[in-house]
Amino acid sequence: MYTRKLRGSVVVLTLILGSSAAFAQAPNLGKPINPAEIVAWDINILPDGTGLPPGSGTPAEGARIYSAKCSACHGQNGKGGPNAALAGGNPIKDMESEKTIANFWPFATTIFDYIRRAMPWRQPRSLANDEVYALTAYILSLNKLIGENDAMNAQTLPKVRMPNQGGFIIRFPDKL
Amino acid sequence: MRTTPRIRSERDWKNMEQIAGNGLLHRRAFLRGGAALAGAMTGYTMVQSASAQQLVDDPWSLAPGAAVPDYGVRSRFEKNVVRTLSNPTAEPRTQHARTPHHLLNGTFTPNGLHFVISHAGDPDIDPDKHRLAIHGLVKQPLVFTLDALGRYPMVSRMTFLECGGNSAPLFSKEPIQASVQALHGLVSCAEWTGVRLSTLLEEAGIDPKAKWLIAEGADAPHLSRSVPLSKALDDAMIALYQNGERLMPGNGYPMRLILPGWEGNMNIKWLRRIQLTELPGMSFYEARTYAPILPGGKAYQFYFLQEVKSFITHPSPGLALKGPGFYEISGVAYSGNGRISKVMVSADGGRSWAQAALQEAVQSKAFTRFRVPWRWDGGAAVLQSRAWDEAGYAQPTRGELVAVRGETTRVPPVTGFPSQHYNAITTWAVDRNGEVKHVYA
Repeated sequence: MYTRKLRGSVVVLTLILGSSAAFAQAPNLGKPINPAEIVAWDINILPDGTGLPPGSGTPAEGARIYSAKCSACHGQNGKGGPNAALAGGNPIKDMESEKTIANFWPFATTIFDYIRRAMPWRQPRSLANDEVYALTAYILSLNKLIGENDAMNAQTLPKVRMPNQGGFIIRFPDKL
Repeated sequence: MRTTPRIRSERDWKNMEQIAGNGLLHRRAFLRGGAALAGAMTGYTMVQSASAQQLVDDPWSLAPGAAVPDYGVRSRFEKNVVRTLSNPTAEPRTQHARTPHHLLNGTFTPNGLHFVISHAGDPDIDPDKHRLAIHGLVKQPLVFTLDALGRYPMVSRMTFLECGGNSAPLFSKEPIQASVQALHGLVSCAEWTGVRLSTLLEEAGIDPKAKWLIAEGADAPHLSRSVPLSKALDDAMIALYQNGERLMPGNGYPMRLILPGWEGNMNIKWLRRIQLTELPGMSFYEARTYAPILPGGKAYQFYFLQEVKSFITHPSPGLALKGPGFYEISGVAYSGNGRISKVMVSADGGRSWAQAALQEAVQSKAFTRFRVPWRWDGGAAVLQSRAWDEAGYAQPTRGELVAVRGETTRVPPVTGFPSQHYNAITTWAVDRNGEVKHVYA
């Protein structure tokens, strides 16, 4: 235990040496981990495509997977069911407009990211990367945002231009 | 105003300074008047003493009581003090549990009543197997166990957590008749204890290119949100304790991110991974859900901040007044910008205002309990509270907010979320029967 006098000198030392002194005294109990050990968790996709894995899928392949694993909640052809529609949508006018992928989502990469981390609802992380690409392609094709034969992969997906990408106002730019 | 209030002395009432219309008294009226006067003020007491009853020993005073449990449970008479559930059978959609503000008092929320939103249920996490990984734009990726984090220097702070969609029913074009729990139950306040995020990020070594971090939970949807690195280095915390005990499962057991004053959804629960990046991830929740649409069709992105807000909890719908006399108007105020500097209360729909007493200590980004003594004369009254924060922001009127943000054309369900980030004034109307209704004024 420090005496009062000793604690005072520690404060002075910290002031002189600044953060490097604090760092030297940090517990340093984090265990180094190499990127290969994080792979199973490393699932963030950025809008520029960073993080997209190898693999590829087409709308036709996606349609088959969709019927088996998605349509019970999201309806046939993405028309909606107990859960949200994935196709269509009227232009956004006000707060009562339904936000859909086609009329609202600013980046196509979000579709891949969200399916891979959260879907299907009861079996998240159960889809192979090719299947996620195929479902992403199917949804984009349903919304006529890509052609019905366009394959989605790490190169093509970030290039898909979403109609509402320019529809946003950053609320507090000084917070970023 | 009644000519003959049911109190001990007309003179005592007149000594009390009415500071604003419809019976609002000075916030320090009791301190000024002294204890004797305070006794005279309580109309209830006087009414009851007029029909004084014989005091007797009740059965619980005549025999030893129950065994003390190893984990305390509240009185069986308090069983109605519960959260309301939007999805009690865990159907495959989001679950909301709302805090009963009208049945609580003080400034923090008990753990069992803290609001919870779970997008796919609460995971059952074994704390010994849980890991927190920090990677991406860092010099050395690191992984932490709960045991390891428990050895770090800790900090405690009171902070409110508020869903970005709290109070969304007030976007309705017509006031929805519902309790303060239904309208404002997606905000709570707790003391969180844990490790500063900056400590862990510095240990990993921040690459100068990093501008954001993406935080992710270990829940089934692997919920993820992007956070500006500046916030992470300012006051972010990895919380391990909630009001002194380990986090509740619904609040992120065994660890969660706490971003004081920022949108609840960003305070990632069951936190398992933090990746430092140059860009935000534009995850589902930031790209779609928490992007409120403005009139005309543009939408706000990266709202983040929970702005200055207050609402009256006592009285409020469901808490009827039981006859004219003294009541304390009280509620909570909070701001993501810092401390509450002032709360004003009106009993005449905003025509005149009385400054409320603020419960010390007023803490930054935490609930501040405000109180105003009120003499209800039995007539119609329209109650409002309005808060200011130390950054100089004033809580808007509903008219001011709706002018910018819009409102619905139809009345939405009370559990719906027509938009987010509603922080305008809430109005309660008291009728002559003492019933309290939600109105717009």
